[in-house]
This record gives sequence, structure tokens and C-alpha cells, in this order.
Amino acid sequence: MSAPLIKVDNLSIHFPLGRRIIGKPDVLKAVDQVSLSIPKGGFFGLVGESGSGKTTLGRALLRAAPITGGSVRYDDGEVAYDVATLGKAELKDYRSRAQLIFQDPYAALSPRMTVRDIIAEPLELMKLTKSRAETDERVREIASMCRLNLEHLRRFPHAFSGGQRQRISIARALVCRPKFVVADEAVAALDVSIQADILNLLKSLKRDLDLTILFISHDLSVVAHVCDEVAVMYHGVLKEQAPTRQLFANPREAYTRRLLSAIPSLDPDQKLSDREVAVE
Amino acid sequence: MTALVEVENLTIRFRTDEGVITVVENVSFSLNKGEVLGLVGESGSGKSVTAKALMHLNAGNVLYEPGSKITLHSGSGPIDVLSLASPAELSVVRGRAVSMIFQEPMASFAPAITIGAQMVEQLLIHTDMGKRAARKLSIEMLDRVGIKEPDKRIDQYAFELSGGMRQRAMIAMALSTKPALLIADEPTTALDVTIQAQVIELMKGLVDEFGMGILFITHDLGVIAQTADRVAVMYLGRIMETGPVRNVIRSPAHAYTRGLINALPKLDDLDAPLTPIPGDIPSPLERPSGCVFHTRNPELAPGSRYEREVPPLSQIGPGHYAALFPEDVQQQTAQGEAVTS
Repeated sequence: MSAPLIKVDNLSIHFPLGRRIIGKPDVLKAVDQVSLSIPKGGFFGLVGESGSGKTTLGRALLRAAPITGGSVRYDDGEVAYDVATLGKAELKDYRSRAQLIFQDPYAALSPRMTVRDIIAEPLELMKLTKSRAETDERVREIASMCRLNLEHLRRFPHAFSGGQRQRISIARALVCRPKFVVADEAVAALDVSIQADILNLLKSLKRDLDLTILFISHDLSVVAHVCDEVAVMYHGVLKEQAPTRQLFANPREAYTRRLLSAIPSLDPDQKLSDREVAVE
Repeated sequence: MTALVEVENLTIRFRTDEGVITVVENVSFSLNKGEVLGLVGESGSGKSVTAKALMHLNAGNVLYEPGSKITLHSGSGPIDVLSLASPAELSVVRGRAVSMIFQEPMASFAPAITIGAQMVEQLLIHTDMGKRAARKLSIEMLDRVGIKEPDKRIDQYAFELSGGMRQRAMIAMALSTKPALLIADEPTTALDVTIQAQVIELMKGLVDEFGMGILFITHDLGVIAQTADRVAVMYLGRIMETGPVRNVIRSPAHAYTRGLINALPKLDDLDAPLTPIPGDIPSPLERPSGCVFHTRNPELAPGSRYEREVPPLSQIGPGHYAALFPEDVQQQTAQGEAVTS
């Protein structure tokens, strides 16, 4: 296995719940003592139910959530950062190396910008290109990789379907040539046929652009298909981390087994109740 | 078995600023007592609009094509749903004989009124129950759907319940009027898989107990396989295939149904490639001629009949129909038999 791109040690993210006059306020432990490592070039799945802390963890890796304790190391061979203590200039550089793909392609794109401007915005904000011509070149390049044509670039987001919008959203995240991408429920809002299309696109982009992807999802069957390694979270705690095949063939934790057995089977005769659905 | 609802030649259009768009076209199906009919399709397939038509709930710019007919058989003779107009008449299909569970349980309860007050209110409107009896029944129903300490929960607000509990409370509320027909519009989509499994089990138990008919709308074929007796697959407002759930999922006759199944990640075969249905859903303003699916059907040769003519629903097997021309059916059955044998 290759060296880890991201190494997380005992990461905790706590949010205070209200204020007290005497003593410390209660805290919500959104992420509690989580350690994991994401190998370079990996397609790493992070699964869990709503409220399990998977989104908060993903955001912390991008320095978009406050880190209470523990450390996040990023090392892509060119630079190495301690994500929790980045200075201003380093943070700016880190932003171009680590990017986020959002869940809802309807909310993530500004309705008043053309697709070209949406994709070019990160380049302009981070001043990564020297001229407009260079920006346009980069935009066209990434757009064609995400199967958007030149004519699409002149239009506004409302003219696109959900799948096309998600491709625009992906192009925007990848235009600054990041090494690390967090895809937070990137296919959850899409229909199954479009979901398959976006998953295939993410796989080919990962290969062509040498990306490392953290794929956050509540859908175990999707994760099983695209990821090489999976971590399962429950109530802020990391329950299990294993290569995908191993985890699905032989889940060690009772919670993982319960998650697996709750997935509705396509076979009408394989009933849910036959597969130990625990009722709380 | 007796039919509970019969939908015949339902065609629904909407007036919009861009022109009149067709959302549902020539849809017919029936639902029996004690049966679960699954309605599957991608977004924009017209499944929710069809369901709302059963309660006459579509927005004001709706146009029902003459000839469309929805008949509800509940207790006191057949009701022609689309001809209902006054609020008093409509209340029969909105809450009394027909109940609906919506997708988002947070949005379906009023946030500033307790769960109990909302459950009691609808019982007072739709039944001749008194306040005390209504409250008693509401507590009983909450208990039935597996909510612990229902006598405490009933005085709580929606935000105090978890997602799964809210959806169960919604189901309890929908069932408390003992409707003959329950419409469930993506009732488990916003829920986690473990809670989804509980809600599915709960709804199946309730069908057995109350003997109502359920129209179950979802985009998830796995959920349909686990809940429905029969399924209708919709695309762009037309039924592409319909039949017993086993036959449709095991030997799908229509290319669209096969496309949906092939696009689904399967847990028992991790190496199977995910095959998306090619192309994008056409804009409602550019509705394809002939078979609405022909623009995305990879199995059709250019210039086929499907580009010009609308295929009829041809019989594939007992109760199993697909929108194919008869000459394609033979071939399909041969394939289907090869798969099952």
C-alpha cells in the first residue's frame, strides 16, 4: 500500500451546547478520537447514518470545521502540512490542493453565473492563472474531462439536468488541480441511472488526474462499488476500517452487520426480516 | 379481489409560461384491497403527479384531459374523484377514504403545534369522534407504530422526535382515520437504511392488519422488491412496464426497466459494472414522439417503429405488460424463460 496522503490521529471535534455560568458547558462530541489514514490514490469510503459525524470529519480534513483535539497530517510528496495549525499562506495553498464536491447540485451552483464563470471562479479567487486566456484554457480542459461541451459553458445552470449540474460541480472542484477531493454525498440527490454515470465519471477522473477521493455516503451499496477501502462511523466514533471486499464479506462489528442487513434486496424473496433487522 | 381504485386513461397536463406540458399520458392501473402497488420512476416520470391526482391535490394550473377517469370504491358506492369540486366532497378523498404520507416528515408536521393536537384535529374533522376518544385513539396508534411512551410523546413537538419517529408518527396519523387507500410518496427516502427497514416492516404489518390498499411511490427498486405485490414502472408520464413484482424484477421485458436495474449497485456482485441509461431525460417541452423512451434506448436500431408510433401495453405473462409492439414480445418471452429456467 502506498504512503498515506491524509493521516488522522485521535481527531476530536466537539461543539459546546449552550453556556453555563458555573462550570463547563455540555459538549456534543461530533467526532470523538478518530484515527484513520487515507492512502495516496485511494478511493476511500466513509459511511454512517445521519448524525454519525461523517460530514463533520470530512470538513475537518479540509479545515472547514473547528478541530478540538488530535491531528490531521497531509503529505502529497511536494508539501506536508499539519492541517490543524495551518498559517494563512499555507491555508491558501492547501485550499488549492484539497477540494469539496457538494451533495446538492441544485443548491451548489449560483443561478446568476454562467457555467464558464462558475468553473473559473476558484482559479480567479486563488489567482492560479496569469491571464484570462490561460483561465479559459484550464476551464475548457476540465470541462471536456467532465463531458461538458463548449456550448454548455455559455449557459446558466437552470438549463441543465441534475446529472449535468453535478458534472459542472465536479469540474469546479477539480479546476484548480487538487490532489485530495472530499465528495460529500455527491450522488445522494441523483436518480439511479445518473448516479451510475457520475460514479463512473468519478472513477475515471480519479485515474486520469491521480486524485485521492474521500467519498462520504450513507449508501453502502454505492460505496461497495466504487471504494477500495471503507470506514464505518457511528455516533462520532470510528467503528471499523477495512478494505472494501473484506468489510463486506466479513464485517467484524455488529453495527456494520446491521447496516448491511438493512439494505433492501432486489430479490423479492429475500425478505428484510430474514436478515436480522434489529429494531431499537 | 375487489378493485379499490381504478385509474383509466389518465392524462395530466400543466399550463406553464413556456406552454402546456404533458406530465402524465394515458396511464391506467387498478389497485385492489389489501394490495401494495409500487410506482417506480426517475424524477420527472410523473409518479407524484399521478398520486396527487388521486386526492385531487395538483396545483391550480393542472388540466385533466377529457376521458381521464379515477374511480374510488370505498364503502358507499363508487366516487368519480376528478369530478369532485366542493370542499365537502373533496374531504372524502383528502383524509377520510384516502390518506397520504409525504417524503419529508419534518415538513409535514406543523412545527409550533404538538403532534397530538395535529392528530386529534384531523380525527375531529374526518370522523364523528369526540376530543377525548380522538386523543385515546391517537395514543393507541402511536403505540401501534412502535413509538415508546406514546402518552408522553403525543404532547411533544415535531422537533423533539427523531427522523424515524417522525415518519412513524406521520404513518400513525395517516392510518388513524382508517383510510381505504394509503398513498405513500417516497416515505423512506429521507431516512437512514436501518430506519427505512423498520418503516417498511411496519407498513407491511399494517397492510395485513387493516387490509387497506397502498400506493407506494419510490425511485428505489430495492424498496419496491421488499414491499410491493405489483409494480408499475413509469418514464416521462407513461407506464413502461407493469406486473407482479417478481416477474418484473427477475425478467424485465422493457429496456427501461432493465436500464434501471443495471444502473443499480448490487451488493452480491461488486465487480458488475454500473451501466447508466445513456443520455439525459428530455425537457418536458421537447417530449419525444412515439415511445417516449426511444431517444435513450440503446437496444433500438435507428429508424425503428418506436420513433414514430406509440407502442401498446402488450401482454408478456399473466398480469405482466410492457410498452412494446407485439413482434418484440415473442423474443422477450423467450429471453425471459431462458433467464428463469
